[in-house]
Amino acid sequence: MRHVIIGSGPAGVVAAETLRKADPAAEITLLCGEAGPPYARMAIPYLLKGQIDEGGTHLRKDADHYGRLRIQLVQAHAQAVDTGARTVTLGGGSLLPYDRLLIATGSRPSLEQIPGIGLPGVHACWTLADARTILAKAKPGTCIVQMGAGFVGCIIMEGLLSRGVDLTILVRSGYMVRRMMNPTASGLIRKWCEAKGVRILTHTQPQGITAEGGALQVALADGHILPADLYLSAVGVDPNLEFLAGSGIAIGKGILVDANLQSNVSGVYAAGDVAEATDCLTGRRQLNAIQPNAVEQGRIAALNMAGRSARFKGSFVFNVLTTLGLASSSFGEWQGASGGESAEVLDASRYRYLNLQFEDDRLVGANTVGFSDHIGAFRGLIEGRVRLGKWKQRLREDPTQIMQAYLAAAHSVA
Amino acid sequence: MQKSLHLDPNKCTGCLQCEMACAWENHRSFTTAKSRIKVFAFHHEGRFVPYTCTQCDEAWCVLACPVDAIRLDPATGAKIVLEPTCVGCKVCTIACPFGTINYVASTGKVQKCDLCGDHGPACEKACPTGAITYVDADWTGLGKMRQWAGKTDTNPATV
Repeated sequence: MRHVIIGSGPAGVVAAETLRKADPAAEITLLCGEAGPPYARMAIPYLLKGQIDEGGTHLRKDADHYGRLRIQLVQAHAQAVDTGARTVTLGGGSLLPYDRLLIATGSRPSLEQIPGIGLPGVHACWTLADARTILAKAKPGTCIVQMGAGFVGCIIMEGLLSRGVDLTILVRSGYMVRRMMNPTASGLIRKWCEAKGVRILTHTQPQGITAEGGALQVALADGHILPADLYLSAVGVDPNLEFLAGSGIAIGKGILVDANLQSNVSGVYAAGDVAEATDCLTGRRQLNAIQPNAVEQGRIAALNMAGRSARFKGSFVFNVLTTLGLASSSFGEWQGASGGESAEVLDASRYRYLNLQFEDDRLVGANTVGFSDHIGAFRGLIEGRVRLGKWKQRLREDPTQIMQAYLAAAHSVA
Repeated sequence: MQKSLHLDPNKCTGCLQCEMACAWENHRSFTTAKSRIKVFAFHHEGRFVPYTCTQCDEAWCVLACPVDAIRLDPATGAKIVLEPTCVGCKVCTIACPFGTINYVASTGKVQKCDLCGDHGPACEKACPTGAITYVDADWTGLGKMRQWAGKTDTNPATV
């Protein structure tokens, strides 16, 4: 059986490893879009900080890991998929045949549609190559204007500031990380960043960028011009799907997959940021571009590719973020379920906050700021659809009793 | 036969000797906040519940780690954090549905129970009431935990 995996991020690498365990005789080819060993984008912020070297970003540390598992790494971009002939067209036009195909091509930074976005000095912070460029250019006193304060925009700030730069963040909406955090949590993160010396301009987006004598000028809607040595664009990500045009693989926001993570085309699977699977809370299909989802989908897709039936029971969106040392997390329906109830506790001076959202007597969502102990239990409670019983009222009175509620309701130990 | 920690809330008095032993073992400090085993107090019920990682087979933390910093100790079956490799991204802390792998601000790394390697769990030795015992894996409530894990697991099949 010839297995081809397009994409060497966490989903692709876990899929390749799972395939090897499940099918010792299989041919496994892992297409890598970038040079060098597969690496974790999640580790790039720590490379920027100087905490690790590039080797520290590698998904697997043993140099012989892929060779030992007979996983063939091929550096190539997939240009097209012919689902009739079962081939992947690589750059240069060569054809790679497959029996089972996994598409795990991940995301890429969204491109801002403004004049000057192609100028030298304008960068995303997404790949190792981007990180090398930023490390080369960001020096003490370097003036950086960053558009966007979502997950990526926030998580890279510490690395940037550690290099002694002058940092201004532009935020289109009124709130940082507004797709993860409610206004209270977002406000705490903003206050924390400003206290650390970052300038945050909300309701602001650039009209265009021009180059003047080696520096950039960022024009704002109100007529102000921000000078910048470096402009970082971090306005979100889009799934890498263009190469599938005309393949017959059904695409909505992502590749539409069933409970086996198979697409509408037999033998073609998807995992990670590109897979549009069912959300176990809402029952709706959605993209879920988070690390735990990527690896779990990679594992389950691979089991199915190897002929072992495995069902993906759905996931939900949750994430953890560190912004200049301030930990925060987001789970599920943190905005609240219709007709549901909520509880919160705020200690603004210590940057601590909990927001719990309930539907009936189940936890369906949460935000945390400055609170990192046992946060996995939020996942356990939400994904397990655990009935809280009397503990719901106790949590409404004291949200910090979350572990007691989890142990009592999920493990019946109290 | 691999061994597991067996935690019995019925015998726990909440003395926190286990937390102190763990903090001392791993941080050379008696700061119980740094312990990898935690005793949760239930004041309404007058009950104390010791709780730590069950070294589950599924090992969400191992799968989710983006930098391969959580490995299996083949001698004990524990999943252990390689501190020099951990970058402190905390992805494992949200992936583990048991909430038993945690970030430690003072080290900038995550930590979890590693069963104390070849010399056996310090918490078990410190427990004066037998609420914490280190026994053959089949004797523990591991099966019960795994059964519960199956409800949240995306797929019980393992390879």
